Amino acid sequence: MASALAFDAPSDPMLERRRLIHEAARSSLRRRALTSRVAVGVCWLCLGIAIVPLVAVVAYVVAKGLPAWSADFFTHVTAPEGIPGGGVWNAIVGTAEIGLISTAVTVPLGLSCGLFLAQSEGKVAAAVRFTADVMTGVPSITIGIFGYIAIVKNFGYSGLAGAFSIGIVMLPVVIRAGETAFRSVPPSLQEAALALGARNAVIARRVVVPTALPGVITGVFLAVARGLGETAPLLLTIFGNQYMQWNPTKPMDALPLVIFNNSSQPYADLVQIAWGAALLLLAVVLMLNIAGRVAAAVLRREKR
Amino acid sequence: MRPGDRQAGRRPGLPNRAYRSLLVATAAIFVAVVGWYVLSIVVQARPAFSALGVSWIFQKVWDPTHNRFGLLPFILGTLETTAIAMVLAVPIGLGSALALAHLVPDRLKVPLSTMVELLAAVPSVVYGLWGLIVIAPVFRSTVEPFLSTVFGWTGLFNGPADGVGLLLAGVILFVMVLPTMVAISRDVLAVVPLEQVEGAMALGATRWQVLRKVVIPGARTGILGGFTLAIGRALGETVAVALIIGNSPYIAHSITSPAATLASLIVNNFGEATGTELSALFGAALVLMVIGVVVNAAARWLVPASALSSAVPVAVG
Repeated sequence: MASALAFDAPSDPMLERRRLIHEAARSSLRRRALTSRVAVGVCWLCLGIAIVPLVAVVAYVVAKGLPAWSADFFTHVTAPEGIPGGGVWNAIVGTAEIGLISTAVTVPLGLSCGLFLAQSEGKVAAAVRFTADVMTGVPSITIGIFGYIAIVKNFGYSGLAGAFSIGIVMLPVVIRAGETAFRSVPPSLQEAALALGARNAVIARRVVVPTALPGVITGVFLAVARGLGETAPLLLTIFGNQYMQWNPTKPMDALPLVIFNNSSQPYADLVQIAWGAALLLLAVVLMLNIAGRVAAAVLRREKR
Repeated sequence: MRPGDRQAGRRPGLPNRAYRSLLVATAAIFVAVVGWYVLSIVVQARPAFSALGVSWIFQKVWDPTHNRFGLLPFILGTLETTAIAMVLAVPIGLGSALALAHLVPDRLKVPLSTMVELLAAVPSVVYGLWGLIVIAPVFRSTVEPFLSTVFGWTGLFNGPADGVGLLLAGVILFVMVLPTMVAISRDVLAVVPLEQVEGAMALGATRWQVLRKVVIPGARTGILGGFTLAIGRALGETVAVALIIGNSPYIAHSITSPAATLASLIVNNFGEATGTELSALFGAALVLMVIGVVVNAAARWLVPASALSSAVPVAVG
């Protein structure tokens, strides 16, 4: 058999071609394997280069921020200039209030808009979707400028102006997260409800929203986390306030603002406050991220 | 939808038409707010255009006391910091996305990817603080003297070795945009059909050949979109850059010189600005907004909607 094949081989152009390819592949194998090994090594190196600074940021914030955490740090307001100590209680209250107000407004509005996008095809919906996508990436300082023009110019600096700006940062994120989650609901479920004679509003409340809830929760938590970390919109809207202020119609302080203002101060204790505030903000943002994912996972498991 | 329209009175819930109008109304509110946002910045920037003509955007001198408000130094600063960030971020981002999607062992894939996504959520002001307090001194004492002795002949690194400046801002921006870019690129690289990968392997391709000839071409537009989103983020970043760029209103003559970007200009001058200067700052915001819209529209056009979901923090799976 083998001899017959060998005898036929030179005359068969297909086999000849196969032999040539085989030889080319084999003779270049050493070179290709070497290239491959080097290139794959470079990719690993890139991953290393990427991870080191990112881990370093978190590690530094933890290492420098923890010493700043004391009972005073959480319970006292900003100390007057020149007096050591003091805390960020006023900024914590400001961030919490601004976060709550903007969440309370943007989540219902954004989710309902997301529901609209998930249940609509056509040019209008596509245009709204495109607008939301572009708005998620627009420089947040321009949204701060908008907050200044729309609110501050008319009513003065206030926590509400900050919440307005932060809400505009969050809104498109909530919309797109909502749409993604609502779209993942199987059409068959909705059709079954429709066949039972349910109205669309009832289908939305009883079928679409409960089914999409895990995705919605993750999305909302991520949006809130993003909103709380935004600094630029607050810089132009809430003014900052070193005293305690519960009233959101007055100038307030917020954690990102404390970090920004204190970090360029020449005094070590002010910089330390900045590190402490950075650790607190980082912890809150990461917790929200993780909590959103965990809550979604738990809900999904319960459903099965 | 049609069957629901009959016997409307007896069943629970809003009538379909009212329900639909409610949804449309919320979408209209969103669009109206966006329109308000665009319009208010345009209107507030107009006095600067009527007082200074259209060419003021590209003039070189920013000197409020003499009523000169050229934006060119800041436009250049914005482009230069972004360019430095992207020169570093493109190869390193692509390499690590490839490693994350196809080289890392399976049991590390999920933890590492989750970590990258979590790091994308770190607020930018935290990067600014870190860059100013931790990295700037290292740049001042080690990196910049080294660069100016080794590469001084190029003339690129002859600025004052203050630590703060274009280079530091670019490097910190690189670290900031990296998670976004890696997360998107990883997603589009990971969805290359397994049959194609296996086919290439069966033909005797090496690992790198598979990555270069099959995986990367299949994900090209998605990767490009991820890069574009990263560019958008770098162009518009405000607080981190304002802390570490040195804020000098002159055109930088070297990479290590202090400079300023459109965003840092706004933040630093907003408090004291009045009259034409304030309007010029609104003009800077307008330029920034236009750049942001163009870049993000391009990214939206390039990235498949599914891959965007990990870029913008949106619910995944």
